[in-house]
Amino acid sequence: MLDETDRKIIQATQAGLPLTSRPYQTIAEQLGLTADDVMMRLTAMQNSGIIRRIGAVPNHYKLGYRFNGMTVWNVPDAAIDELGQKVGQLEFVSHCYHRPRHLPEWPYNMFAMVHGKSQQDVDKQIQQISDLLGGYNQGCDVLYSTKILKKTGFRTTARMQEVEQRREQLPKGNRPVTD
Amino acid sequence: MDEIDKQIINTLQDGFPICDAPYQQAAAQLGLTEQELIARLKALLDNGTLTRFGPLYNAEKMGGALTLAAVKAPKERFDAIAEIINSFPEVAHNYARSHELNMWFVIATETPEQIQQTINAIERQTGLTVYNMPKNKEYFVNLKLEA
Repeated sequence: MLDETDRKIIQATQAGLPLTSRPYQTIAEQLGLTADDVMMRLTAMQNSGIIRRIGAVPNHYKLGYRFNGMTVWNVPDAAIDELGQKVGQLEFVSHCYHRPRHLPEWPYNMFAMVHGKSQQDVDKQIQQISDLLGGYNQGCDVLYSTKILKKTGFRTTARMQEVEQRREQLPKGNRPVTD
Repeated sequence: MDEIDKQIINTLQDGFPICDAPYQQAAAQLGLTEQELIARLKALLDNGTLTRFGPLYNAEKMGGALTLAAVKAPKERFDAIAEIINSFPEVAHNYARSHELNMWFVIATETPEQIQQTINAIERQTGLTVYNMPKNKEYFVNLKLEA
C-alpha cells in the first residue's frame, strides 16, 4: 500500500523526472527525504506495478503513427484469456483488454489498440490479428479516433487533485500521462 | 529528429535506471555524455516529440477506479453532448470515433461507486444510454513505439 511519502513522490514525479544530473537527489531535496529513500520507494513501486515503466513517453503523432485504431473482436469467452495473451504479444498492439459485451448491438469482448504509419500498415495488422484468432474470430470492427474531444490527466484521489491543479500550469508538452 | 534522437527514443522508453546518476548511466549506453543526453531530452520535450520523461503510473493501482464508456451521440447534438460529458472532472479522455457508438471516454474516480454515479449523471444530463465497458482483464500494455 502507498503511504504518505510514496504519494508525495508520485506528486513530485507525475510531470516527469527532473533533468538534472542527480534527479532522485533533486526530488529528495524538494521533499525533505534522502535520495536513497526516494530510490528505494520508486523501486518498490516499480516492483509492485504502480509504476509501469520509467522513461520516455513519445507522442504517437510526432513519430508518424497517425493511424491509431481501436480494434474490437468477438471471441468465445472460454478462449479469451489465451487469445488475449497472444494478441497482446504482437509488437504493434499497445493495449489489449477483455471488456464486457452489450448485446445485441455490441458483441465485442476483446479490445486491441493498434498503431501504424499508414492505413495499409493498420490493415495488415488487423489481418495479422484475424489470422492469429482463426476460427475463434466471430466478428470484428475497427474504430478510428477522428478527434480528441478531451485529454487531461487522471484524478485518482483527492490528493491528486492538487497535482492536477499544478499540472494545469505546466506547458502542454509536459503534461503527465497515466494509463 | 536525427538518428541519435531516434536511438534515445527507442532505447529509453523503459528501464531508465534508478541510481545516483541515471542520465550518465543511460548516456554511456548510448555513447553520449550526460550533458548531451539531458540537452537532447529537453529539446525532445520542448518540441513535443516526447510528452514526458519519467515514471508512468498505473492509475488503478494508485487506488482509484477507471472505466471506458461510450455513447451514441446524434449528429445534430454531438457538440452539445461532448460539452456535457467533458464538463465532468471525472472524464479524463474523450475521443470521437468512427462508429454508431461515436463518443468514447474514460472515467476516473476515487472509488468504484463514483463510476456508477458519474454514469448515472451523464445519462440524466444527456438523455443517452451510457455503455459501460470496464476492463475485465488486461492482457498487455506495451506503449513502446519505434521512432
